[in-house]
Formats: sequence, C-alpha cells, structure tokens
Amino acid sequence: MIRAQVLICGGTGCTSSGSGKLITEFESQIEKNGLVDEVKVVRTGCFGLCALGPVVIVYPDGTFYSQVEEKDVKDIVEEHLLKGRVVERLVYNEVAEGTVIEHGNVSLNDTTFYAKQKRVALRNCGVINPESIDEYIAMDGYAALGKCLTEMTPEEVIKVVMDSGLRGRGGGGFPTGLKWSFTAKNQADQKYVVCNADEGDPGAFMDRSVLEGDPHAIVEAMTICGYATGASEGYVYVRAEYPIAVARLQKAIDDAREYGLLGKDIFGSGFDFDLFIRLGAGAFVCGEETALMTSIEGNRGEPRPRPPYPAVKGLFGKPTTENNVETFANIPQILLHGAEFFNSMGTEKSKGTKVFALGGKIHNTGLVEIPMGTTLREIIEDIGGGIPNGKTFKAAQTGGPSGGCLPASMLDIEIDYDNLVAQGAMMGSGGLIVMDEDTCMVDIAKFFLEFTVDESCGKCTPCRIGTKRLYEILEKITKGQGTLQDLDEMEALCNYIKDNSLCGLGQTAPNPVLSTYKRFKDEYIAHVVDKKCPAGVCKDLLSITIVEDKCKGCTLCSRVCPVGAISGTVKNPHVIDQSKCIKCGACIEKCKFGAIIKK
Amino acid sequence: MKSLAELAAIKEKMQNKVVLREGSSDVRVVVGMATCGIAAGARPVLNAFVEAVNGLELNDKVTVTQTGCIGICQYEPVVEIFEAGKEKVTYVKMTPEKAKEVAEKHLKGGNIIAEYTISNV
Repeated sequence: MIRAQVLICGGTGCTSSGSGKLITEFESQIEKNGLVDEVKVVRTGCFGLCALGPVVIVYPDGTFYSQVEEKDVKDIVEEHLLKGRVVERLVYNEVAEGTVIEHGNVSLNDTTFYAKQKRVALRNCGVINPESIDEYIAMDGYAALGKCLTEMTPEEVIKVVMDSGLRGRGGGGFPTGLKWSFTAKNQADQKYVVCNADEGDPGAFMDRSVLEGDPHAIVEAMTICGYATGASEGYVYVRAEYPIAVARLQKAIDDAREYGLLGKDIFGSGFDFDLFIRLGAGAFVCGEETALMTSIEGNRGEPRPRPPYPAVKGLFGKPTTENNVETFANIPQILLHGAEFFNSMGTEKSKGTKVFALGGKIHNTGLVEIPMGTTLREIIEDIGGGIPNGKTFKAAQTGGPSGGCLPASMLDIEIDYDNLVAQGAMMGSGGLIVMDEDTCMVDIAKFFLEFTVDESCGKCTPCRIGTKRLYEILEKITKGQGTLQDLDEMEALCNYIKDNSLCGLGQTAPNPVLSTYKRFKDEYIAHVVDKKCPAGVCKDLLSITIVEDKCKGCTLCSRVCPVGAISGTVKNPHVIDQSKCIKCGACIEKCKFGAIIKK
Repeated sequence: MKSLAELAAIKEKMQNKVVLREGSSDVRVVVGMATCGIAAGARPVLNAFVEAVNGLELNDKVTVTQTGCIGICQYEPVVEIFEAGKEKVTYVKMTPEKAKEVAEKHLKGGNIIAEYTISNV
C-alpha cells in the first residue's frame, strides 16, 4: 500500500538541471531502505518554479523541496520518508523563513509564488504523471469529451465555449467560440483541427510545459473541437526543439488510441477523430497560422494573405480551426464545469486565466498562471519575488518581439488583452521579461529587432528589407553615430513596416522599437545627442577609467585585463589606455577599492 | 472506449493513487517516526493506518502522514489525530491491531477510544 509519493519535476527546466538522475537515485535509496511498497516516485510535468529546479514534492504532506541534488536524496529518503523529519535545509526558503513547520506540513500553496495563482490550463502540470493516461482520467480527464459526445450537440458545445468568453491565448485574443462557429458553418467533405505549438517568442515556454505536463488535455480538447466543428482529423504542429514535449504527446496519442479515445466511434457516439504530430524546424514565422498550415502541407513555411481565413480555406484547402496549446488546455475544464466557471474569473472583456513565463531580472523565474486582471505589480513583486540584488524595476516586456514594454509608471495596470494593447504592448503568447535599471532600452529594442531580422521569411519587402534597415539605424544609435534625423526616420520606417507587411510577423516587428521610443525617449536622445548610454550597456558609448585618488596600486586590475590596456607600477595609481580597452569590465569586478568606474 | 461507464471504472480504480496529492484532508493522522518510534514499531502502525484508511474508503477525508519525535519516547509508537475544529487526540503504545481499531471506531465512527489515549496512562 502506497503511503507517500515523491513527485519529481520532469519538465525541460528541471531535466536540464538534473532531475533525471534524481529519479534514479530516489528509486535506489527507496529500495535500499525497504520502502518500495510504501513510497512511489512519480515523474511529473513542470511545477512552474523553474529557477529553483530540480523541484521535488513529497505527498501527502506536500513538502516542497527545491534545488535538490543527487547527494541530498539520501537525506530525504532516510530522514523524511523513513523517519518523518522534514529536511529543512532543502525546503523552499520562502516557506522555511516565514512559517512554523508543524508536523512536516510545508505546503506548496502557502508560498506567495502559488497563493495568488489560479491554475486552469496548468492544473495537472506537476500533479500527475503525464505519461499515464490513467492518472489523467483519475483527475476527471476525458470526462468533458464523454459529456460532449453523449449529452451535447456540436452547437451546444460551441455555445458553451462562446459563453465562457475564452479568447485565443496565442496572442491575438480572438474569441475561440466564434472561431469554432465559423468552421462549423462551412460545409466540406473534410475539415481539420490544428494545434499551434510552434512556440517561438524568446522567453516563452508555456506551451511546452502544457505538452510536457498534461498532454492528454490537448488530445481531449482537440477531439472536442473536432466534434464541435465537424472535423475528423487533427494536427499538432510542434517544434522539434521540444523533444520531451514531442515524446510525451506521442505517448498520449498512442495511449488514447489504445483506449479508443481517438479513432472510430468514440464513446459509441459514431464520431471518429484521429490526431497526428508534425514537427516544425523552428522558424518563427511558422507560428503564424497560414505559414504553419503551409508547412504542414509540406511546403516552405511562408504566410499567405488573408482572407480567405482558415475557417473557409485552411489546411489542404479545407475548413480548419487553429488554436494555440494554452487555448486548448482550457477547453476540457470549461466543458466540464460550464461557461460560468470560466467567465466568473477575469475582467469584463478578458475572461479566465493566463499563463505567463516570467524571465529576466526577477527572483522566481518560471511559469505562473493568474486570473486576468491581476496587476503587473502583483505578478512581479508578489509572485515573482521582486528584482534581485536590490536593483529597481525599469520595465517589463510583454509579447516578446511583437510586443512592447510597460514602464514602472504602469505597474498598477490590470493585465488583460485590451489594457495591454491600449498601452502599446500586447499579451502575445505570455512571455514576460523583466528589466532592471541596468538594461538599456535602445539595446533591448535592437535585441528584439535582430531576432525578427533573422526570422523574417523574406516573402514581402517591407519586412525583409525594412526590418534590416531599421536594425541598421538602431546599430548606428548604439554606436553613438546616430543623429536626431535618424530618430525621425526610424519612427517613420516603423510605421511603414507596420502598415505594409504581409503577416503578423512584419506588422508587429517594429513594436519593441516604437514602444521603447515612446516610453524612454530620453534614453534615445541621450544616445544621439549626448553620446551616452545611461544604463551603461552600449560599449561604444562607455569609457572605463581609474579614479586616481582611490587607486592603491595593487596591480590586480592590470593582471586581469585580457588586452593589457592597464599600466602602472606597484603602489602608484594605474591608468587605462582607452585605445586598447575593450570595455569588458573585468577590472571593475576585481578592484577591491571601487576605484574603477564606468560612465 | 465505448461508454462513459468504462471511463468511470478507470477513474474509480485510479482515484486512490492520486488523492494523496491533494493533501487537504479534514483529518490528519500523524505517526511519530523518529528513531524511538521506529524502534518501538511505528512502521507497521503507519502501514496499518494507510491500509485501514484505504479499506474503509476514507482516502478523501483522512491523510496519514508521519512526523519526527513527539517527545514522549516511553509511550511510542505515538499517533496523533488532528481534526479541524476539534482538540487533538493522542494515542500511545500503538500496535497495528490497535491502529485498525482506531481507524474503524474513531476515524470512521467518530468515537475516541479512550483507553488507548495518553490521558489513560
């Protein structure tokens, strides 16, 4: 009889920090201590707190261990599992510091990281073994599909999705129910369901986590969508760079087929549906729906003009419904608990919850799911644990290379689709990159633009050439060669690219530039007029000097300088040769007297 | 899968295996499992509780867990039962047989077995 379970995160983050070895070690220690019949080890999906991986949770008490190493396993098994004593040095410290540990009851939900979250799309991630269809079923899995097929008409299913207020989580925010109804209306001999798992925004990994942690939710949701829209085949387009996600999804599809949850006559309803995976090679443009479908068809992944929209003429020229992974992940919950369950959360126009991937200069990097309408401040300061090293918050970038930045003055805006767009940012797929005072906004704009320059497919001129020219202007500015005229031209070019590009990639590519220019114009001016980078990032605008009074002549800096730019004799102030200096900052780190400054 | 009944059967079968992870039961049975407890035979007591709770289908209401030394080593194995809104009950010198009895009478029936509690020694 199993009395305790050890859940170990098998998501990509924790796998790369060594959770695979932990599983083996736990199994061997458990065997050594004769606990095989009492304790079970389960490999789950992502818990969300990736910064502190590998993460291990021991149930039934729910003790939350973070950054567990192989050598710690022995202690957890011998102390906690055998003797019931929580290994306090490994407990996630936010809990350990503030709470009294009583009878090993250190629950995950007591942490501020989880307390403000509301998990709908991620509800099974980190709770079930994603490779076990039985565990998914135990958590009410496939019950929504059963309900749809045996008790509801396709029209009723669409109505529930429409009433729930669910909007596309891939970034566009188009009402999902409406999208389904368009495909349902079109008559055709064959229709398709497509799941867009081509997650490309730098820093976003919610789709990967859902596929890794709860793949059956996607299988179930796509089957429901097939029933509602009259499609009998589905494709999941997932990037090949997500090997764990691909393997688990394939296992989920195979198991579902074996159980008859995919295939012919599902639940004896006469409805047939099957699902296939297509691997993407990692081109960003393939996240655009028409390019994605072109790629599934076996052609070069390039977008085409819309209309016709996919609901009319999509995959292989047939009516197609395409939704993002996170959108699908909400579907079974909505159908199981009703539209009200979902539309009772969130704001007036944005219902439900949204998953964000927190990254950048923030304590708790990882995955969080919050009700729409939560403020940016709550996400960053409470859930995210604030900015590390005592630095101050400068801006947050949402929507990745298509989005914009929100400065400190907007920390209190409530996050939803419309508020973000009104502020010149966008929801995007949910990447949230936090920047502190040491980030140069011109440099950030250049970084995102470099990404879109690389990823532009080249089909239309405004995007192919426009983004390249825009990048060159930014490069000129960060090198201190920009003029005020460049700033005007930059803005005009941004608007031209936005208005004339063929697909979403080009239409949104200038957003990071426009939004940083709007919010941090003074930084652009400083680069152009004063030839200074206020954040101290753009190397060409910096000089590193030694303050004569403070230098003790210890010679440490001259020894660490990789290019031999520092000269001086023992006990006499040193000097940096500006023509040789590469501004690497190695000397600043080494100086014990704070005598070297960057400005 | 041809019917909802088949799905329900799998769910039923698996429920016990995942319910542990919800961890928010009303009643907590805590077994002292420090060196003293283990030496006095706490492991079989713990396992007897786990089995009895499962056998009585109390999994969703009762969590069986362990703790370190409670501090009254001469009375080990010690078992404490916490129930929301009620005073904690401490059973001492437990055996697997007594554990089974406590599960039936106390956890299921709601009657404290006074003769096994600490107030009786």
